[in-house]
Amino acid sequence: MTDTTSQPITPQTKRNFFQQLELDVRLLGMIGAFIILCIGFNLVTDGRFLTPRNIFNLTIQTVSVAIMASGMVFVIVTRHIDLSVGALLATCSAIMAMTQTEFVPHVLGLGLNHPITWIVAVAVGLAAGTLIGAFHGWMVGYLTIPAFIVTLGGFLVWRNVAWYMTDGQTIGPLDSTFLMFGGTNGTLGTSLSWVLGLGATGLALLTLWNSRRAKLAHEFPVKPLWAEGVMAAIISAAILGLVAVLNAYEIPTARLKRMFEDRGEVMPEGLTMGYGLPISVLILIAVAVVMTVVARRTRLGRYIFATGGNPDAAELSGINTRLLTVKIFAIMGFLCALSAVVASARLANHSNDIGTLDELRVIAAAVIGGTALSGGFGTIYGAILGALIMQSLQSGMAMVGVDAPFQNIVVGTVLVAAVFIDIVYRKRVGAK
Amino acid sequence: MTSPKELRAQGATPMVEMNNISISFGGIKAVDDVSVDLYPGEVVGLLGHNGAGKSTLIKVLSGAYKMDSGEIRINGNKVEITNPRDARAHNIETIYQTLALADNLDAASNLFLGREIVTGTGLVNDAAMEAECRKIMGRLNPNFRKFNEPVSALSGGQRQSVAIARAVYFNAKILIMDEPTAALGPHETQMVAELIQQLKAQGIGIFLIDHDVHAVMKLCDRASVMKNGQLVGTVDIDDVTDDDLLSMIILGKKPGEAAA
Repeated sequence: MTDTTSQPITPQTKRNFFQQLELDVRLLGMIGAFIILCIGFNLVTDGRFLTPRNIFNLTIQTVSVAIMASGMVFVIVTRHIDLSVGALLATCSAIMAMTQTEFVPHVLGLGLNHPITWIVAVAVGLAAGTLIGAFHGWMVGYLTIPAFIVTLGGFLVWRNVAWYMTDGQTIGPLDSTFLMFGGTNGTLGTSLSWVLGLGATGLALLTLWNSRRAKLAHEFPVKPLWAEGVMAAIISAAILGLVAVLNAYEIPTARLKRMFEDRGEVMPEGLTMGYGLPISVLILIAVAVVMTVVARRTRLGRYIFATGGNPDAAELSGINTRLLTVKIFAIMGFLCALSAVVASARLANHSNDIGTLDELRVIAAAVIGGTALSGGFGTIYGAILGALIMQSLQSGMAMVGVDAPFQNIVVGTVLVAAVFIDIVYRKRVGAK
Repeated sequence: MTSPKELRAQGATPMVEMNNISISFGGIKAVDDVSVDLYPGEVVGLLGHNGAGKSTLIKVLSGAYKMDSGEIRINGNKVEITNPRDARAHNIETIYQTLALADNLDAASNLFLGREIVTGTGLVNDAAMEAECRKIMGRLNPNFRKFNEPVSALSGGQRQSVAIARAVYFNAKILIMDEPTAALGPHETQMVAELIQQLKAQGIGIFLIDHDVHAVMKLCDRASVMKNGQLVGTVDIDDVTDDDLLSMIILGKKPGEAAA
């Protein structure tokens, strides 16, 4: 037992180009489907689908569902479900709307548009979402009520708590700083977007390099250098390409003029300005990065996937699966509140039907993104890509002029078909 | 080193004492006032029919079940074991019959599940865990290669070696093996037998649940036989024959007593 020789590491022979890149074939399939979808719509709409303007709108419309979908991945991976996310979003939105239109201006007497308003509103909203989520998780984990029932009840409760709080009225206009989280009203402008884009590219390349170095340090097999190079090029092109497109969408002249007038200046003749990265998209990117790190590199993430794979094994390994459930639902609640910030700021008010049907969109996004309802499998990027595909389908069909009922019929059909294709694919490659 | 038999003769304190353990499920007494003990370097076999209460008894020690009454002493000190974390804190490791592996994770993640190696920033250090996993698998199962695949892709023997690696990696002092060879071929069964001898030599105490009387005769120092939740008796392997053990299991009679 003193012999400590390690296992020899056998270099695996990789057959084709994609295997050399070590890319997930599933992800490639989704990206392929997404590209075909975009090109298809672009042809049918005579090039209106892939304009900077539409891509900009698509990204800001996707954010709210995508943020929640990343949390739904954890919920579904642990074999639970959350049917209450749309209703929870509505309650958080109502709480924040009331905070910024009633509590801060009138109860605290600070008036409208006080610089502190948005901070208080967001903090209260996030706290409320996290607490409600944790409460759901406590009922699921400690009282062992099935998540389906807890969140089905929550669906009714929170939708109507929101209604009761606002008397069913639309609450607005919201705080002017708060509106910056919505998209169009809060963008970074072109220069700052480039700086961030370049920074993100640098960071991504550094991460690639570090992971290669860590593998080499333990003498594990690594990809050939050219494959790393291709990956680096793809990542850089994707990040900088997105920045370039969002920068290319110019603020309409009339709107730009008004912005200058608001500041008491005169707009120079012939000036054009691009929107750049919306703050809401930045929030989504931050959520995606943090959630991916949590999933892959933290104990919490490891326990989430272990519990999804085999709940008994997780329990016997000393993992406190009950507390884990509370944490997962608390994260879900927090992300619902964050989505509520983006969604209500985008609409510039809180309306009674905000977030309606979002629970279904969020679950669909996660499932299209490859999260298995049987638990144990799912990725954050998959769920976000799933949300993007759903939103593209919806906006594309709206642009083409498909009637509203048909839009939903198509989205529903696509969901079922996507899961079926996934099942066939998994059977073929023999994956579980 | 003093042999377990000599230790017992000297009246030394056992490593583990489970005294008067009872546990019932829905009115049925799965374990009824059972007492067993274990000395360092000793292998105690637990025998009995399916449903005799062996696994239930052992799950009380591993923290998976809470006993209704009775006490557990480790090195003479009374301890409370209410969950698997408590058991691990007392260096009690368990290899479950079901193996208790998360099928979607790879070998290293399973090996370190609940006790991950983390970097300075608190993130899990997968590379270090895989390196450690390769080391221990090099000792336990030199043919093991599939380090980067989920354990669902492994054969029964390979899965078993992951479960065994998890139990022995963390300096176990008390090891519980619940039918460790049930899913294995003859060659792998032989490997487990050799491993048990090695662990014994290191002074680790082992509770071995097994259906195979011959294996128990070969590997164990003592055997405790259970029937219908009650302890039939504990015997020294050197003093009994296969037939004695079988009659204890089947008839519930200790050797020397007349069969009913």
